[in-house]
Amino acid sequence: MIWIAIRMLTGDAQKFYGLVFGIAFSTLLITQQLTIFVNLIERGASGTYNVSSADVWVMDPVSRTADVNFPMPSTALDKVRGVTGVEWAVPHLRAGASVRTSEGDLEGVSVIGVDDATLIGLPKRMAQGSINVLSQPDSVIIDDVGLTRMFEDGRSPIGERLELNDQRAVIRGVADAIPSFTSQVTLYTKYSQALRYVPGTRNRLSFVLVGAEHGVSPEELTRRIEEQTGLRARTRDEFAQDGVDFIIQNTGIPLNFGITVLLGFIVGVAIVGLTFSLFIRDNIKQFGALKAIGVTNGKIRKMVAAQAGLVGLIGYGLGVLGTVFFIWGFSGNPTFKGFYIPWQIPLISMAAVFVILALTGWLALRNVLKTEPASVFR
Amino acid sequence: MAETDIQAATTAQAAICSRGVTRDFKAGQQTITVLHGIDVDIRAGELTYVVGESGSGKTTLISIMCGILWPTAGEVKVFGTDIYDLSDTELVEFRLNNIGFIFQQYNLIPSIDAANNAAVPLIAQGMDRLEAREKAVAMLEKLNIGNQAGKLPSQLSGGQQQRVAIARALVHEPRLVVCDEPTAALDAASGRKVMDLLREVAVAEDRACIIVTHDNRVFDLADRILVLEDGRITHDGSEMPEGH
Repeated sequence: MIWIAIRMLTGDAQKFYGLVFGIAFSTLLITQQLTIFVNLIERGASGTYNVSSADVWVMDPVSRTADVNFPMPSTALDKVRGVTGVEWAVPHLRAGASVRTSEGDLEGVSVIGVDDATLIGLPKRMAQGSINVLSQPDSVIIDDVGLTRMFEDGRSPIGERLELNDQRAVIRGVADAIPSFTSQVTLYTKYSQALRYVPGTRNRLSFVLVGAEHGVSPEELTRRIEEQTGLRARTRDEFAQDGVDFIIQNTGIPLNFGITVLLGFIVGVAIVGLTFSLFIRDNIKQFGALKAIGVTNGKIRKMVAAQAGLVGLIGYGLGVLGTVFFIWGFSGNPTFKGFYIPWQIPLISMAAVFVILALTGWLALRNVLKTEPASVFR
Repeated sequence: MAETDIQAATTAQAAICSRGVTRDFKAGQQTITVLHGIDVDIRAGELTYVVGESGSGKTTLISIMCGILWPTAGEVKVFGTDIYDLSDTELVEFRLNNIGFIFQQYNLIPSIDAANNAAVPLIAQGMDRLEAREKAVAMLEKLNIGNQAGKLPSQLSGGQQQRVAIARALVHEPRLVVCDEPTAALDAASGRKVMDLLREVAVAEDRACIIVTHDNRVFDLADRILVLEDGRITHDGSEMPEGH
């Protein structure tokens, strides 16, 4: 009977494709929007992820994320270095600045000052050049967002001179970094150099990056640092999560994406529900005849479930494939750089598809089960 | 009627034995009685017509006789089985194994070919699809449309579709065949052919065929004609009464 059910469905090409389209569209919308949402809010943690060597981030108690920070006095560095279990501690500066390009364009940039001696604070990989270029005077390393934003014509940025807050800066390398949430251009330079670029205030140390001694857990170290210095200390993972939470709590993004995902679900229910109902209505005589002949309600249920299952399988597959193509297609765009589909998202959309099909299938099935076999004689 | 009477009637070649069959329908606040205590036996080996005006209750009567509509009161035995004493599942299985249906609109599944349509009861019984199809093709050949086995219903004429419906009704060798206006959509010649065919394949000593029809062109082919008027049998004979 399952074979008959499948043939009944596929034989009505218009409705079959309508159902598959409904599920595929719904899956695409849910999967793609959730993927973008997750990747976008993870950008809130990009500042933390880009500095892979720091176990602990130490900051002023009011600082919240890598980008929302309150400068500390430089003595904070010494305080942290004095805590037992700290293997190393380096200064880290993050501030905003304005850049005038050689073409006269204005660009708001984020300046990151990394430790002069160890260069801790730079992204792990370079797209062009080496990290050693920072030893040259006025050197800055631009991130790849900056490369596409400020050098759209494709010319090489290496050697390009910039006017950074009224100071001379020369680009000597391109970092392969995870873009920030706002996709702002980022310039990396030495800490001492960054102090020159960023307008002077008494306190300019944004963070102290800390490495834990062998055998001391980051959690234990954060506890000790907070106790002994009165500063706020977060492990790398905690601070990354702080960045994500900040975006969730302070932007309308979760609501907007949530609405889109909900719309995807509703559109799925509407298209699939309507088409399924039409399909069942068109075949109600056949179902009635089957019931009269002696097909049990249990078998009818299995038939409708098989029809829903087939539609779900094909539609879901197409929807997920569509998302994969979307992410793959835009992978060259810096806005979508590093985007991936977390394994949980296809499971969530699968659950949504299951609910859509269960709901619409149940509604359609009700009509079939309510149909009296005797109706075929009327 | 007493239980012993029903049993006696059932054993005396009665395929269907109905006693006191009444059926009411609700229409808003009103209750309409469509059948008024029908007592009738349908004998095996006969082609029995149920004839009557629209609304006389003939479709309701055969629906009750073949176990797809519950009577409000009364008893129906089909080949000795009190079908309304069975559970829902048992009744569905009983229909599947003992009754063949031919519907006025044929109700063939449009997206599967003639052979698979004819094989539906066997597939529903759990037979392997290919084996069921083979048997269905043999039945279609018996009905002289074996060469149409691979065609979809939409590619067949009305008469051919009706033969596919007959094949579907007979493929699982039921003991009772119930037909609802089988000639209504056919011209006179095709209608007579279908009736001849039904007599040939559906009527046997241990089988019964009951047909609801309006079609006076085929009345002469019946072994027995029951005339229903306002939910009561007003005539039971081998020919139509005068004036009808």
